[in-house]
Amino acid sequence: MNTAPASSVSLREHVVPIEAGAHVVAVRWLKQGLAFALAEGQVLRWRDGATDTVEAHGGGILCATGDAERLITGGDDGRVVVTRMEGAPEELAKDPKRRWIDAITLSPSGNLAWNSGKSVQARDEKGRVRTLETASTPQGLVFAPKGYRLAIAQMNGVSLWYPNTEATPEFLEWKGSHLDAAWSPDGRFVVTSMQENALHGWKLGDKAGHMRMTGYPAKPRSLSWSHDGLWLASSGADGAIVWPFQGDGPQGKAPRECGVRHARVTRVAFHPGALVLAIGYDDGCILLVRLTDGSELLVRPAQRGSGITAFAWDKGGKRLAFGAEDGAAGVLTLPA
Amino acid sequence: MSDKIPVTVLTGYLGAGKTTLLNRILTEEHGKKFAVIVNEFGEAGIDGDLVVGADEEVFEMNNGCICCTVRGDLIRILDGLMKRKGKFDAIIVETTGLADPAPVAQTFFVDQDVGDATRLDAVVTVTDAKWLKERLKDAPEAKNQIAFADVIILNKTDLVSAEELAEVEAAIRAINPYAKLQKAQRCDVDIPSLLDRNAFDLDRILDIEPDFLESGHHHHHSDDIRSISLTIPGEVDPEKFMPWINDVAQLQGANILRSKGILAFKNEQRRFVFQGVHMILDGDLQRDWKPSETRQSRLVFIGRDLNENELRKGFEACAA
Repeated sequence: MNTAPASSVSLREHVVPIEAGAHVVAVRWLKQGLAFALAEGQVLRWRDGATDTVEAHGGGILCATGDAERLITGGDDGRVVVTRMEGAPEELAKDPKRRWIDAITLSPSGNLAWNSGKSVQARDEKGRVRTLETASTPQGLVFAPKGYRLAIAQMNGVSLWYPNTEATPEFLEWKGSHLDAAWSPDGRFVVTSMQENALHGWKLGDKAGHMRMTGYPAKPRSLSWSHDGLWLASSGADGAIVWPFQGDGPQGKAPRECGVRHARVTRVAFHPGALVLAIGYDDGCILLVRLTDGSELLVRPAQRGSGITAFAWDKGGKRLAFGAEDGAAGVLTLPA
Repeated sequence: MSDKIPVTVLTGYLGAGKTTLLNRILTEEHGKKFAVIVNEFGEAGIDGDLVVGADEEVFEMNNGCICCTVRGDLIRILDGLMKRKGKFDAIIVETTGLADPAPVAQTFFVDQDVGDATRLDAVVTVTDAKWLKERLKDAPEAKNQIAFADVIILNKTDLVSAEELAEVEAAIRAINPYAKLQKAQRCDVDIPSLLDRNAFDLDRILDIEPDFLESGHHHHHSDDIRSISLTIPGEVDPEKFMPWINDVAQLQGANILRSKGILAFKNEQRRFVFQGVHMILDGDLQRDWKPSETRQSRLVFIGRDLNENELRKGFEACAA
């Protein structure tokens, strides 16, 4: 990629299309292939062109997470379901009142957390489940990069909860409704997307502080950290908005704007090993943008009604999978 | 516009018959598929594939507008439902008997994602002919729900005498003379007539005449919620009117539940139409005035503790 004359190159011919058949909620690379979580409750498994579909939920899938072996989904049937590349989906948990599960997250060491009603369930790698009642509906969930600690975005702030202790969670307060949560890879920052078309950040530790990142025309619902943890990319504008997190964070600094077009960015995903950002738009277009010089590569041209809803880079950063609201999907394999 | 999913908000005091109506909507053959958002502590069992329990969560937007409250749970649920668009044609939101309909309605104007995917069709309020008069005395929520309604179902008419029915109807009309009133027993109303009303669509606001035909004004000055209708028999000056109506919305919006207007602007062939919910105003130039129509300017406010004289003077000062 580094040597390509970026502005004139299209990667379109390196994309293999996949018919997912329903709104793609999430996509994940497992060791032997791809798993698409679909809004109608199925999981589509793809292995070098061969696909099969399994019913994971009785209703729709609302959220997904996972690791190299498992796609873990939460649904409007109140269930948490594990789907692997082989075999039938397995139920991991079920809400007795069949309440929606629309946030789920997994830590690198295998701790899982999900929401239901006004509570959060945390399940450690040994399968012990702890429940935290929250004052308002928990929305975005994310584990700290190290240790068993969970950030819970909710009304008027973020709770930081150690599920293994009885201690009252620490509450980071900021007025408003907090939607999605992201924790920086170095553990120093927690960032949320907000109802008021903004991001809000907290610097943790001794010199704690707030960061307000405003000016979005829409809610920035997709967030992605660069591999070096120094940049946070976000959706919600007509280009990807990328905030610098070197030193004390972005307060008082201007963000980069990448891939500005006459459309709205819906998904962003940083390459796992380079400062290259995949940007998906509500008109179906996908660009790869190099942060260092802003050069752009076209992955998918605009397609009406096919707004991008999901991205996943494989571990080595050689392939990018995507999904769209109309059930279209595909895999880009970067040329060697 | 046309592919936005219509949303009907169903309100009504406890026991008025909301659940009966919901069950009728869900079980009768009318060619439409609904997603239904019910309040979690609903009165009786309602079940179905696309029935979602909501945990009413009202919050104030950080936009400096003090009465700009929205339903966070609704934003979240609608976002989830929109991923399954092909599964239903319309959405019904049931509110609790004690709920204020305003945050529900405002959600559709304030949240952009919700507004892009759905449109608020109408607020339907179910009332109980036998107990409404009592509720109007002791439950401010019941009054709010009537004031807010586009359609009012006056249910259980078989449980009252003709005189009692006339009284309760007059009580409703004193609060809201503009809503469409349908009398019913066990909510036996024509379901399609409740749907696709476009009550918040500027293009469909054709007139703001009262729904009933009795002439004369009956002011119930004892009631804190009432409607005020103001007319200028000619044109208004938009340079004066726009700042005035914005001021009214900003300063008195907390007390104004609903507002509507059709105005003749000076040097403008088209009708100016607006509608509002509390402080949120939505207005636009609509179609041309027809030769058969009198170019006049008319406003309606439904609200609490409104000063009619002050509003009248303010409006009349906008005359061209």
